[in-house]
Amino acid sequence: MLWKSLSDVAGRGAAIVQCVCFMDVFSNHVLQIQQCIGPSMLPTFNIRGDILVTERLSVKLGKIRVGDVVMARSPSDPRMVVCKRILGLEGDTITVFYHLQIPKGHVWLQGDNFHKSRDSREYGPVPSALLQGRVFYRIWPPQGWGFVGRIPSQSV
Amino acid sequence: MGWALLLAKRAAIGAMIGIAVSDELVSLARMQGSSMEPTLVAGKSLMEGDVLLLDKFPGHDFGFSRGDVVVLRSPHEPQYWMVKRLIAVEGDMLRVPGKRELVQVPKGRCWVEGDNANVSLDSRNMGPIPMALLKARVTRVVWPLERFGRVESILPTGRIVAHGERPIR
Repeated sequence: MLWKSLSDVAGRGAAIVQCVCFMDVFSNHVLQIQQCIGPSMLPTFNIRGDILVTERLSVKLGKIRVGDVVMARSPSDPRMVVCKRILGLEGDTITVFYHLQIPKGHVWLQGDNFHKSRDSREYGPVPSALLQGRVFYRIWPPQGWGFVGRIPSQSV
Repeated sequence: MGWALLLAKRAAIGAMIGIAVSDELVSLARMQGSSMEPTLVAGKSLMEGDVLLLDKFPGHDFGFSRGDVVVLRSPHEPQYWMVKRLIAVEGDMLRVPGKRELVQVPKGRCWVEGDNANVSLDSRNMGPIPMALLKARVTRVVWPLERFGRVESILPTGRIVAHGERPIR
């Protein structure tokens, strides 16, 4: 009797472990659902926090293009993940008050909200190793359901 | 047919658990490059060189300590990894050999150096790097057996002149 209930518990425990591992691997390597909160991506994304789907593959394969919206670890706070648009890749020249060539292995991140965004204009080009994934779909708010494009869009 | 499917299912589950453990908890890696000699020794190929035990826990909340040997993504070549020693964290003022001025590590960044100062390309060349690049702490050498042992967290003396106000640890 005891053996049966122990093996039941073990069975359930194993199922939970497998589930947790699956979700961890899936969200780290395939798709992740995240919110983008704050004004820095207005008008494309709302302040209150649109719910977005991020795909991990493009970054891993190095297939990121100018215009893509990405999630990245902030160079000025490792505990923070930021949502910005890629305005330049390595070798490109960015013009912000002065000309700056983006070094090898780096990208230029900028929020769609020109006036209220802390981005590469403040912390400089960002190593692409900090990029986590490409935001490609919005699932909330309902009227904003759809693909996220490579140009800033109107608010919903 | 049934047994092949069962085997495939078991393999997939095993791989998934293995990947999760390796990403979040602990993993093994083969040392490459000579920038951390004599602490860590690489071989001429992937078949040789120290095998390192990597602790993934500090990568979750960036609880790395000054002196830790860390594994990080290369800022200039994102497909490559680097193994260096963490010398200074945000807010620290440090002395850099060959430079007259002190360097202050900006917010969110850190300063890493290879133990083999002659060959290592590190913060002395590229400056402070974002701490978010740090992914694991090297805790042990597990192979070859004659080099088995802890990798100590050692901070070279005389380098840090002042600590930042909010030390990471």
